[in-house]
Amino acid sequence: MVTLAQVLPAIILIVVIFALTMLVALYSTFAERKVAAFIQDRVGPNRAGPGGIFQPLADGVKFFMKEEVIPVLSNKFLFILGPSIAITASLMTGVVVPWGPDITLFGKTYPLQIVDIEIGILYVFAVVSVGIYGIMIGGWASNNKFSLMGAIRASSQVISYELSMGLAIIALIMVTGTLSLREIVEQQHGWHWNILYQPVGFILFLVCAFAEANRTPFDLPECETELVGGYHTEYSSMKLGFYLFAEYINMFISSAIMSTLYFGGYNYPGMDAVNEFVGPVIGPLIGFAVLFAKTCFFIFFFMWVRWTIPRFRYDQLMNLGWKGLIPLGILNLIATGAAVLYFK
Amino acid sequence: MLTSAFYFIAFVTVFFAVMVIAAKNPVHSVLYLVLTFFGISANYIFILDAPFVGIVNIIVYAGAIMVLFLFVIMLMNLNAEAEHRKSNAFLIVGAFAGGSLLLIVVDAIRKVDWKSVSGQESSGGAIGSIKVLGKVLYTDYILPFEVASVLFLVAIVGAVILARKEKLPLTVGQISHPVSES
Repeated sequence: MVTLAQVLPAIILIVVIFALTMLVALYSTFAERKVAAFIQDRVGPNRAGPGGIFQPLADGVKFFMKEEVIPVLSNKFLFILGPSIAITASLMTGVVVPWGPDITLFGKTYPLQIVDIEIGILYVFAVVSVGIYGIMIGGWASNNKFSLMGAIRASSQVISYELSMGLAIIALIMVTGTLSLREIVEQQHGWHWNILYQPVGFILFLVCAFAEANRTPFDLPECETELVGGYHTEYSSMKLGFYLFAEYINMFISSAIMSTLYFGGYNYPGMDAVNEFVGPVIGPLIGFAVLFAKTCFFIFFFMWVRWTIPRFRYDQLMNLGWKGLIPLGILNLIATGAAVLYFK
Repeated sequence: MLTSAFYFIAFVTVFFAVMVIAAKNPVHSVLYLVLTFFGISANYIFILDAPFVGIVNIIVYAGAIMVLFLFVIMLMNLNAEAEHRKSNAFLIVGAFAGGSLLLIVVDAIRKVDWKSVSGQESSGGAIGSIKVLGKVLYTDYILPFEVASVLFLVAIVGAVILARKEKLPLTVGQISHPVSES
C-alpha cells in the first residue's frame, strides 16, 4: 500500500510546478506586452505598480469580473468543455519534464520530475495532439461561422505540423536511443547537447512548436483580420482567459521541452565542478535555474518572432508544412540514420 | 483489483461505443468515438502493461484520425435536421456487413486457447515494452510489418491520384486517357 510519506514529495512537486506554470503564464502576458513595446519603441504597460509589475493581476481580476456570455444557440456543455480541455491538456504536459537533477533534502534523494515514464516524449506528443480538441470543440460549439473557420484551420494546421514534428522527434530518438526524457537529459551531461547532433531537427521542431502553440506567424486560427477572433470569437470572461492562458502555458512547456530535448535541459558546461563546490542541495537548484533560464530565452524568442514576422497566408502555411518541412524532415531522418549506422 | 479495473474500463469503453451509434449529432458521435479510443488505450496502458501501444493509439487515432473526421464533419456542417433518412437497402447491407464481422470475431474468440494466453501473461510484465515490441516487430513479424507499410503507401498514392484527377485539363482528346498525359 502506498503511504502518505511516499506520495507527499510528488504532491508537493506537483503543486510547485502547477504554481510555477501559472505564474510563468501570468507574467508571460506581461512580458509579451513589454517585449512588443520594446520592439516597437514604446513604453508598454507601466501604470499598475512599479514599472507595471501588477498589470497581470489587474488583467486577471478584469477577466473574472467581466460578464459571462454563453450564446443562446450554442451547445452549452461543449461550449464550456472547450476551454477546459485546452487548459487541462496544456497543464498535463509539464508532468514528464525533468526540471532538475535529483535533489538531496534531509538525507533523502528526491527526483525533480513528477513522473519518469518510459515513453516520455510520446506522452507529450499525445497530450498535445489531444489538446487540439479544446479549440475544435469550442469553435464548433459556439455556433458561429468565424469560430468554425478558426477551429477548422486549427485542426488542419496542427495535423500538418504534427507530422514534421514527429519526424524531427524520430531523428532525435535515433540519436539518443531512448524515449524517456530523463535519460535524454542525462545523456547530454555537460556540453554534449543534442543541438550539436541534430541542428536540422531542432529547427524543424522549433517551427512546428510555433505552429502547435498557435503563435504568430502561424496564428491562423485566431486571425483577427479575417476571422474576427477566430475560434474564441464568442468567448468572454474567464473562458476566454482559459484559452489565452492555455496558449501561454503551451509556450512555456514547449520552451521547456525544447531546452530539454536539444539544449541539455538542466545541464551546463562545468556543472560537475560547480556541484562539487556547492553540494547536493544548491547544485540541483542551480541546474533548475539553468533550465529555467533556457526556457525563458525560448519564451522571449517566441515573442521576438511574433513581433518581427507577419502572419502567413493560409496556402503559404500549408505549402511550408507539406512541401518544405516534411521533405526536410525525411531527409534529416535518412541522414541521421546513415550517420548512426556509420559511427556506431 | 486488476480484474475489476478491467471490467470498469471495458464497461466505460463499450458504453461510449454504444453512444457513438446512439448519438443523433455526428459531431457528438465523433467525440464519443474519441472517448472510446481513450478507453481502449487505458486498457492497453493499465491492464495489458503496454504503454507504448496505448500512447500510439491515442496519438494516431484520437489525435490525428479523429481530428480529421471532426474536420470533415464540421466542414460539411452536418446536423440532425440536414441528415436525410437512409433507405432500407443501406440498412440491409449494413446489417449484413456488421453481421459478417461479428461472425468472424465470434469464430476467432471461440478458437482461442485461453489457457496458453493466461500462461503467457504470467511469464513477465515486459511484454509491451518498446524494446521487446521493436525486436519482435523487426524479426519475427518483419514481413507482415513491411507489407502493411506498402499497403499504406498504396493508399497514399491512391489518394494523391484521386485528388489530382480533377485538376487535369479535360479536352476532347484526353477524356479517354486522362492519366496518360501526366
